[in-house]
Amino acid sequence: MLLFAATMVVTRRNPVQSALFLVLTFFCTSAIWLLLEAEFLAITLVLVYVGAVMVLFLFVIMMLDVDVAAMRAGFVRYLPIGLLVAIAMVVQLVMVVGPQRFGLDKVAAPIRHAADYSNTEELGQLLYTVYMYPFEIAAFILLIAIVAAISLTLRRRKGVRHQDISKQVRVKRDDRVRLVSMQAEERDD
Amino acid sequence: MLALSDFLILSALLFSISIAGIFLNRKNVLILLMCIELLLLAVNINFIAFSYYLGDTAGQVFVFFVLTVAAAEAAIGLAILVVLFRSRRSINVEDLDALKG
Repeated sequence: MLLFAATMVVTRRNPVQSALFLVLTFFCTSAIWLLLEAEFLAITLVLVYVGAVMVLFLFVIMMLDVDVAAMRAGFVRYLPIGLLVAIAMVVQLVMVVGPQRFGLDKVAAPIRHAADYSNTEELGQLLYTVYMYPFEIAAFILLIAIVAAISLTLRRRKGVRHQDISKQVRVKRDDRVRLVSMQAEERDD
Repeated sequence: MLALSDFLILSALLFSISIAGIFLNRKNVLILLMCIELLLLAVNINFIAFSYYLGDTAGQVFVFFVLTVAAAEAAIGLAILVVLFRSRRSINVEDLDALKG
């Protein structure tokens, strides 16, 4: 299921379909992580990736009006070399990580944790003690990402009237008030 | 019972599919970004499988950080893509030859 969805991601003609299949891939992966007793990360994957990153992807796809047909030119041309590289890579990786090195007789399956075991608690214990410093760096990276994304996409339109607050604050009395000296006039009556 | 090698092979297959995807979709930056997400996902499956079978939670902590960096990378990549599209009206990789020597 996971592999089918991943294949669809790279072969669909339409980027929207591709993104939706990527969501399916993330869900399947999250299920596999649940099998591996990484519950916290499985939930995080669904929330962060499916909830945020993929919505961002879909938003950008819809916003950019992409010429799909032109994008597909060259697909067939690169198909043989792409498949060749992929197959070579699979063969090599399977030779490295295959059952003769990482089979059940080499790495025994661990005992399942009891029902009151909390993966989130253990991860949190580790994250806030041993890995405190990397954790703060990660937070800082996210902050930088926010600032970079906003400053890249922010644009100032020309010809739109808006307040310039700093100009308003900096204004002096002399810029606005003009004293005019004039002759006193006689009363009419 | 699933062995560690099963998960490693699954992850290797996912990794190869996304490498093939990078080769196949050389024109479309959007799908290239998605393929990079898939690559990172394959690596994360490896980390979690090892963390489970070797009984060491450090692998999961590392996956947490990889997820963070991947999210930041996706956000910045998409922002660059939007700016690119505004200035070039295209996200085709072959149109991006302004730096050619």
